[in-house]
Amino acid sequence: MKIEIRQGRIIDPANGIDATQDLFISDGEIIALGTAPQGFKADNSIDASDQIVCPGFVDLRAHLREPGEEHKGTIASETRAAARGGITTLCCPPNTHPIIDTPAVAELVQRHADLAGHARVVPLAALTQKLAGTAITEMHALKMAGCVGVSNAMRPVANTLILRRAMEYAATYDLTVFIHAEDHDLANNGCVHEGAMGSRLGLPGIPTAAETVAVASTLALVEETGARVHFSLISSQRALQKISRAKYDGLPVSCDVSAHHLHLTEVDLLGFNSQCHVRPPLRTQRDMEGLRKGLADGAIAAICSDHQPHEADAKLAPFSATEAGISALETLLPLALRLVDDGVLLMPQMIACLTHQPAAILGIKAGTLAIGQRADICIFDPERYWMLDEHSMLSRGRNTPFLNWEMKGEVTHTLLRGKTVYEG
Amino acid sequence: MKKKNRLQLDDNGKLKHFLTIEGLNRQLLIDILDTAESFTSVAEQTIKKVPLLRGKTIVNLFFEASTRTRTTFELAAKRLSADVLNINIQASATAKGETLLDTLRNLEAMHCDMFVVRHANSGAAHFIAQHAAPHISVINAGDGQHAHPTQAMLDMFTIRRVKGEFHKLNVAIVGDVRHSRVARSQIHALSMLGVEDVRIIAPKTLLPSEPEAFGVHVYHDLREGLRDVDVVIMLRLQKERMSGASLPSEHEYFQRYGLTEEKLALAKPDVTVMHPGPINRGVEIDSVVADGPRSVILQQVSHGIAVRMAVMSMAMQSHLPEAAGGRRG
Repeated sequence: MKIEIRQGRIIDPANGIDATQDLFISDGEIIALGTAPQGFKADNSIDASDQIVCPGFVDLRAHLREPGEEHKGTIASETRAAARGGITTLCCPPNTHPIIDTPAVAELVQRHADLAGHARVVPLAALTQKLAGTAITEMHALKMAGCVGVSNAMRPVANTLILRRAMEYAATYDLTVFIHAEDHDLANNGCVHEGAMGSRLGLPGIPTAAETVAVASTLALVEETGARVHFSLISSQRALQKISRAKYDGLPVSCDVSAHHLHLTEVDLLGFNSQCHVRPPLRTQRDMEGLRKGLADGAIAAICSDHQPHEADAKLAPFSATEAGISALETLLPLALRLVDDGVLLMPQMIACLTHQPAAILGIKAGTLAIGQRADICIFDPERYWMLDEHSMLSRGRNTPFLNWEMKGEVTHTLLRGKTVYEG
Repeated sequence: MKKKNRLQLDDNGKLKHFLTIEGLNRQLLIDILDTAESFTSVAEQTIKKVPLLRGKTIVNLFFEASTRTRTTFELAAKRLSADVLNINIQASATAKGETLLDTLRNLEAMHCDMFVVRHANSGAAHFIAQHAAPHISVINAGDGQHAHPTQAMLDMFTIRRVKGEFHKLNVAIVGDVRHSRVARSQIHALSMLGVEDVRIIAPKTLLPSEPEAFGVHVYHDLREGLRDVDVVIMLRLQKERMSGASLPSEHEYFQRYGLTEEKLALAKPDVTVMHPGPINRGVEIDSVVADGPRSVILQQVSHGIAVRMAVMSMAMQSHLPEAAGGRRG
C-alpha cells in the first residue's frame, strides 16, 4: 500500500521541519518527503492543503479501563476516541483490574489494542506488587513484555525505603519511574485545591504542599539513586520550580501537565461542578499561568490528556462522592491549539509537546516523520471550528467540563502504520 | 456565583431553594427575618398552627444525625399545617446500596413538595436541587462543611432582636471555623446584612485556608479578639478534634479559647453570647457563661422554628395561592 499526502504544512519538530510539501508512505513506513521516490505510484492520495501534517500524538497518560472497568471504557472504545483526537500512541497506567504487575496483563493490554487496531498502546508496569507499596514487581520480565516504564499510579508508596529500592531496581533495567507526586497524608482524602475556593465550598482540600513534599522527597531519592524519574500531572507552580531547578542541576527528571490544568482553575468548581473534579486538583490562576510558562520555557516536556472516562453515574453525586477525572482524548488537540492562539506556544512547540518529547520520555520510536519511521500521522485543520457535543463523542465516557465549548482545530485524518484509522 | 443565584431563585427573583446565604441579596435576607417575626406569635396561640402549607408534603431527608435541627424543622412544618415525613437515611436505603439520586426519584414519585436535606457531603443540597423535579423546593439543613443557612438566619434573627441593627456591630466567631458550615453561613449573612467587623478567633489549625478571602479579621488570641465585641458566637468543637493533630488537649483548648466570665469581661458590657448547640460545657464554653444572663442560646432554639417556618413558606410560595403573600414585607 502506497500513500501520498499532498501539499500539507508538514511540521516535524524533532527534525526541525516546518514546510509545505508532500509526504510519501509505503508499507506503513515514511519513505520520502518532498519529492516522490522514483517509480512511486500512490494507491491512495490525501489532499492536505491548508492543513497541518504532523506525527501522530503520543499521550503519556490515558486510562483505558480495560481490563476490569469495561463499563467505563474498553481498549477498543477508547483507542477509537484517541484516533479521532489524532493520538496514535497511548501510555496507560497500571491501575487496571487486575493490575499490570505481571507480564500476562501487560501482554493482554497490548494484544487487545492490536486487535482493535485504532492506536498503539504502551503500558506502564506497576512499581510495586498490587500497587500496595510493599514489594517491588518483576520489572525485568515486565519490560520484556512491553512495559515502557514503572509507576505506582495514584497509590502511595508510604515507605521511602521501598521507594528507594524500587527506583534502584528500575534503574538497573533502565526503566523510567513515573511518579504521581502526592503526599498521601497531606492530601488527607481531599478533593479540591486547598485555597479560597475550597474554603468557600467547604470541600476538603489538597494543599500545594502535598505535591511539593512528594516532589522534594522524590528528588532527594533521584540524587541518591540516579534513577530516571518522570513526574506525571504537575499541578502547581511551586512543584514545577523544584523540578526545573533539579533539571538545571543535571538530575535525570522530566514532567508533564494535563491539558485541563492549562485551561481550568479552582474557580471552575463554582456551583460544585463535578466535571471539574480531577486529581491532582485544579489550582489557582497563578498556578495555571506558571504551568503555561513552564511549557513555553521547556521545563514541562509534554501535554497529556489524563483521559479518565466514566459512566454517567460516577459524576452524579455530591461533589466529594463523585469520581475524579475527565474524558479527554477528543479535546487534547483543540485545548493544546488554544495555547497557540493564546500566544503561549508556537505551533511547532505545541506539536513537540504532543509528539517527540513525550516519545522520548517513553523511550519509544514515535513522534517524528523521519524517513524509515512508522507512518503514525495526524492531519488536522487548525482553523476548523466545531462544538464538543456529548452525542458525537467516541469515548464511552462523556464526562467533560468542555461540553458545548467551541473548539478550534479538528483532526481530519489519523494514520496508524500508514493505515487510515480515522477520517473526519 | 450567577449560577448559584439562578439555582436558588425562580424567574421572578423569589426564593425557590434555600441552599446557601452566598449570592442572596440583602433584601431577601431581611424578608426572611421579617416573615419569621410575623410567625413568632403562632407559638403563643392556643392553636399553634397556620394553614399556609395545608396539603403539602415536606420530607425531612436526614443523611446525618441531628436532633435539634430536625425537630425544629418538623415543628415548623407542622405549625404551617404541612404533612411531614422524617426519613433517616443512614439506616435506610443507602445502606442497601441505593444511590442518592434513586432515593430522590422514589420520593418524587410519592408526590412530595419539599425536601429538607442534611448530608455529610458539601454540595449535597445543591446536587439535589439541581436534579429534583421542577416543582420541588429544597432547603439545606446542613451540607458537609459548606453551609447551614437556616442556622445562620436564626442567629441573625436573634441578633436583630437583641441588638436592633447590624451595622456598627462587632461580631466574633470563636472556634473550629475550618470545619464549620455554620460559621461559613454566618459570615456570609453578617457581611450581607452590613456588619463591618466580623472576627474569627481560632488557632491556625482550626482556621480555613485563606480565611481573609471571607472578608473577616483573623485573631489567634481570644482576649485580643473579644475586645469591644457586641456579639460572640461560640462554635461547637467536635469530639474527634479535641486531641490529635489539630489540638493537643481539651484542657489547653479551654485555657486558650474557652469562653469564661473573666474573658467575656473584655467585650462590651452588653455583649451577647450565642452558640448553635449542642454545647460542650467546659470545652468551648464555661457553664457559668452558657447559663448566664448574656447567653441567648435557648432563645436561638425557639427562634429556629419561626425562621424555618419563614423559609419554608417563602420557598413554597410559587406553588401557593396568594395567602402567603401577605406574610411578607
